[in-house]
Amino acid sequence: MKPLLEVNDLKVYYQSIWGNYKSVDGVSFKAYENEVFSIAGESGCGKSTLVDGILRLVKPPGYIPSGQVIFEGVDLLKLSEEELRKIRFKKLAYVPQGAMNSLNPVIRIEEQMIDAMLDHSDIDEEEAKNLSLSMLKEVGLPVEVARMYPHELSGGMKQRVIIATAIAFKPKLVIADEPTTALDVVVQKGILQLLRRLKEDYKMTVIVVSHDMAAHAQIADRIAIMYAGKIIEIGSIYDIFEDPLHPYTKGLISAIPSMSKKYVKGIPGLSPSPLNWPSGCRFHPRCSYAMDICSKIEPEMKEVKPGRWVACHLYGDK
Amino acid sequence: MMGEPLLELRDVTKIFKIGGGLGLLGGRIIRAVDSVSFTLPSDESSIVALVGESGSGKTTIAKIILGLLEATSGEVLYKGRSVSEWIKKDKIGYFKEVQPIFQDPYGIYNPIYRIDRVLGIIIKKFNLASSKSEARDLIIKAMKDLGLRPEDLLGRYPHQLSGGERQRFMLTRILLIKPRLIIADEPVSMIDVSLRAIFLNQLASLKDKLGASCLYITHDLNIASYIADRIIVLCHGRIVEDGPKAEIIKDPLHPYTKTLLDAIPTPNPRQRWKEIADLTKIESFRKLKAEEGCIFSARCPYAKEICKAKVPPFVEVKPGRKVACFLYA
Repeated sequence: MKPLLEVNDLKVYYQSIWGNYKSVDGVSFKAYENEVFSIAGESGCGKSTLVDGILRLVKPPGYIPSGQVIFEGVDLLKLSEEELRKIRFKKLAYVPQGAMNSLNPVIRIEEQMIDAMLDHSDIDEEEAKNLSLSMLKEVGLPVEVARMYPHELSGGMKQRVIIATAIAFKPKLVIADEPTTALDVVVQKGILQLLRRLKEDYKMTVIVVSHDMAAHAQIADRIAIMYAGKIIEIGSIYDIFEDPLHPYTKGLISAIPSMSKKYVKGIPGLSPSPLNWPSGCRFHPRCSYAMDICSKIEPEMKEVKPGRWVACHLYGDK
Repeated sequence: MMGEPLLELRDVTKIFKIGGGLGLLGGRIIRAVDSVSFTLPSDESSIVALVGESGSGKTTIAKIILGLLEATSGEVLYKGRSVSEWIKKDKIGYFKEVQPIFQDPYGIYNPIYRIDRVLGIIIKKFNLASSKSEARDLIIKAMKDLGLRPEDLLGRYPHQLSGGERQRFMLTRILLIKPRLIIADEPVSMIDVSLRAIFLNQLASLKDKLGASCLYITHDLNIASYIADRIIVLCHGRIVEDGPKAEIIKDPLHPYTKTLLDAIPTPNPRQRWKEIADLTKIESFRKLKAEEGCIFSARCPYAKEICKAKVPPFVEVKPGRKVACFLYA
């Protein structure tokens, strides 16, 4: 399998008078064709900043000190704005966090969809119009929605308009950042299944970024766990839920309340600050397995089994 | 259930008027809470989850119980006394009994004062200690009871604490006041998963430590089913089902409860949703709410003629289990 997206040692920092916030601090992963790849982590771990970095949406005072984002063999970080524009939307689509609030309240849905399409392709208005109607149908919305204004739609319907627009040109890769926050459970289910369908029906690769582990469990093929600006474990969704390796992942999995669990346990301590990550392994101050080495040397990501990566000194040099 | 209930809501209704400035534009009426009745017993402590989606009226109910909003009609009784009158006459006395924990662990603190002040004020208001050193001892004991480290937290400013710490520090307040009833409105929605569990376990432990009951308001059935003894399901302002947690989860009666339970994502990749949600049926909130009859009839797969015409009575169909649905009436 060849990767569709390969992120190598990507860093995204924010400058401040107190120093650099190292929000994303050396992240590497590969996303393959036709898979749902999830990125999970708690607030402040850098997952949304990672998405900004991949899509080159980082704005000052943020900057990308180093790293590569290779999409279909091309490093996105090296492209000119114009070259990047040709790839974005057509091949690489983005559903941002709170996307439903990004619609312009005084313009009809259809016009907004057409605008976006014309801006990123050479199709004419008639084609764009037809495309927008068929895309609305694709996401289960009645065609009347085209003539409506955003305030006439519920949050979930708006989210579907955004997804419909994002996938209009059948991009190879869709990145959705917290696609279900602030939506009710019934609507959440619909949106998550819609994202899963992009993989099943259109053979797209979908990267879902969310703090919601239950959502990941429902739709992901593989999952990466982020902690303190790093990815600390990658594996199939089954591996991570059934046999988590990293002590943080173990803690995270056992902290999720569910109907079948009698007792959940939290992870004591605090998430560290991006201004001053702990030395060595960034999780060591909260880790019940911490050894001497953990505070001194930062563990590297190692492939402990095929496709199974973890950054922890417990899983040694074999 | 013996004796007088701890808390009783009788036909509580809250109507909000929206728009209609100067009476020219008509405006719209929203029944945020519609004839809600339930009781919490006084003879045993329990955690009761009030579960509903956004717009179901759950926060409005919390505010009415806390006297922050007045019901349009109906009564709220605490230990048999009208809550609004009790608050008018003896506010401190009422809040000695009933304490809230709110959703936003940031809003409670004044950013320019150290966090200790929140507890200091409470000790003074509720007259919990006679001297400064006694007050300090009380605070330290309460914090230690919750596994919080006074030396790490006291003397710090709110922005130096994480959301989880701020919310757990609020539990210290509960432990100091020792209320009989806690009204918790989505207390963990702003706390990370790894710290959420700690908070939930500590909240649950107050049931034994203080003998306090808790009305736990949430949209998250995973959390409700973890923490609660009993679940009350709200749909568009009305209660549709009320019963013991284990039974509701295993055998939901109301079609709305079934819909909710089917939709919750189980955090287990081997238990994925069986059916695909019909996207064409998920529409906007206003269209989803039936104007007449059963509030859920607009999207109920079992809806019959009668469901669209009449409001189903809320009746006990099995011991301890109440449901408002013509399938059982």
